[in-house]
Amino acid sequence: MVAGWFAGDGDAFRLLGTRCAACASVFFPREDHHCRNPSCGGGELEEIALSRRGRVWSYTDSRYRPPSPYVSDPELPWEPCALIAVELEAERIVVLGQAAPEVTVADLTVGMEAEVVPGVLHEDAETTWTTWHWRPTGVTA
Amino acid sequence: MTQEVAVLGVGMHPWGKWGRSFVEYGVAAAQAALADAGLDWRDIGSIIGADTVRGGYPGYVAGATFAKALGWQGARVTSVYAACASGAQAVDTARAQILSGLADAVLVVGADAAPKGFFRPAGGDRPDDPDWLRFRILGATNPVYFGLYARRRMALHGDTTDDFAQVKVKNAAMGALNPKARYRSPVTAEEVAASAVVADPLRLLDICATSDGGAAVVLSSMEFARRHGHAEPVRIRAVSTVTPRYPNAVLDLPDIATDSAVAVDPPGETFRRSIARTAYEEAGVGPEDLSLAEVYDLSTALELQWYEDLGLCGEGEGVKLLRDGATALGGRIPVNVSGGLASFGEAVPAQAIAQVCELAWQLRGAAGDRQVAGARVGISANQGLFGHGSAVIAVR
Ligand SMILES: [Zn+2]
Repeated sequence: MVAGWFAGDGDAFRLLGTRCAACASVFFPREDHHCRNPSCGGGELEEIALSRRGRVWSYTDSRYRPPSPYVSDPELPWEPCALIAVELEAERIVVLGQAAPEVTVADLTVGMEAEVVPGVLHEDAETTWTTWHWRPTGVTA
Repeated sequence: MTQEVAVLGVGMHPWGKWGRSFVEYGVAAAQAALADAGLDWRDIGSIIGADTVRGGYPGYVAGATFAKALGWQGARVTSVYAACASGAQAVDTARAQILSGLADAVLVVGADAAPKGFFRPAGGDRPDDPDWLRFRILGATNPVYFGLYARRRMALHGDTTDDFAQVKVKNAAMGALNPKARYRSPVTAEEVAASAVVADPLRLLDICATSDGGAAVVLSSMEFARRHGHAEPVRIRAVSTVTPRYPNAVLDLPDIATDSAVAVDPPGETFRRSIARTAYEEAGVGPEDLSLAEVYDLSTALELQWYEDLGLCGEGEGVKLLRDGATALGGRIPVNVSGGLASFGEAVPAQAIAQVCELAWQLRGAAGDRQVAGARVGISANQGLFGHGSAVIAVR
C-alpha cells in the first residue's frame, strides 16, 4: 500500500527515506516533491537508506483492536501490539513502528537500542502485506 | 498588541451521548448564547460554524447549517475546519471580522455528534493521507500517541501512573460541580488504577471519552457592547493559532515520524510551548498573571505537559505543581475547573469554544460552586491533528 518505504532482506533490510541535495534534510516517510525546510531553496530529493539501529524514544501498546483501516482478523482474539518510537542518531529523526510480534512493553525501556527488521502487517489467501518492525537488540548502555 | 473584542454571550448544550444531530446541539448552544447576550438572532451580522466531518455532509458547511436552523436572516457566513482547533480558529475568524469592521456582532457555534469508541479516518484507500496511513500501517489510534507521551514523561521526569491518576481525580472532582459536564461523579485513584489499560501506561480513566455536545459564543466590538448595555464585558485579548516551526522534533498526531533535525537544529521551544507564548505576547500578560487555565487534557499525562508548556512551572515540574494542589480549585492556578475533557469528553468542533465559555463564566464570577475567587485573567489551550494549536486569553 506504500511504495518505496523499505527494502532489503534479513540484515540488509532498511527503511528508505529521501534527502534534499541542497540542505541535507532527511524525510521519512519519503518526500519526493518539495523539500520542507523553509529556509532551503530546494534541491533534488534523493533516496537514502536510514540507519538500521537507534534508541527507543518512547513506547506503548494497543490493548484494544484498532479501527479500520487497520486490518485484523475479527475471528481471532486481539493480541496487544506494542509500538515503539525510535530515535535515529545520524538522521536526528524519530520513527514510529510496530514492535516485532514477540516483543511486549515489559521488554522495553526508554533509551535502549532497537533495530529495524522486516515484518508482516497481515496476509490473506492472495497477498502478504510486508512492513517494518522495531526489535530491541538487547543493548541498553 | 491587538484590540480587544467583547464576549457578550456564552452557551452550551450539555455533553453526553444523546444520539441526536449535531445541528440540534449547536442551535441549543446558540440560542443560549444569544439569550445570555441579550440579543436577538436578527441582531447578528455574521455567523461562523466550527465544522464537524462526522455529522455527514452538512457538517462540512456548519455555518450555513446553523444559520438555516436558526432561520435565514441574511447574515454573513463562514465555516471553519481545523480538527480539534476548529473552535479556536472560528473564534479567531470572528475576532478578525470584528476588528476589521466587517461585522459588529458575530455568533460562533461548534457542535458534534461523536462516534462510539476510537476516532478513525474517513473510509476508502487514501495512502496520501497521513491520518489514514497511521491507522492502516501501525494501528496507531490517538491513545497510542497519548501513551507514548506519558511513557516519555515517566522516563524523563519520573512521573508515575499514580500521578496521572491524580489529574483525573482532580478534574472529576471539579466536573462534579459542573451541570454541563457529561461525567458528574467523583473518581478515586483506585478506580483509575482498576480501569483497563488502553495504551500502556494509560488506562481507560486516563483518556478522555468521545461525546456529543455543543458550545457557542457571541463576540462583538467594544463599541457594540457598550451600545447594547454591556459596560464591562469579559474581553478576548489574544487568540493564538500558530503552526509549528521546522523541524518539529516531537512526534505529533497523526505523523509516523518527526521532522529530521539533521540540517536545521530544532527551535529553542517546542510547538506546544509556542502556542501559549504567542498568546502571552499578544495579550501582554504572562503565566504569573493567570487566574485559571483550561487545557486539552486528552489524557491525564497531557495535562501535566500543558502546565510546563503554559509556563505555570518549569520543565519536568508538572507533577510537583499538581501534588502541591496549585492546579486544584482553591490553588494558586486552577486548571480545568470546568472538569476538562476528563469530565466532558471530546466533541471536537465544540470543545475549544466550550473552553472560552468556561473562561467567560469564571471571569464574570458566574461559575457557581466551581468559581475561582477573584478571577481576572484566563487562558485556554488546545492542540489537534495536522499541526494545529490554539490558545485564547480572556480578561475582565
Ligand atoms: Zn532542502
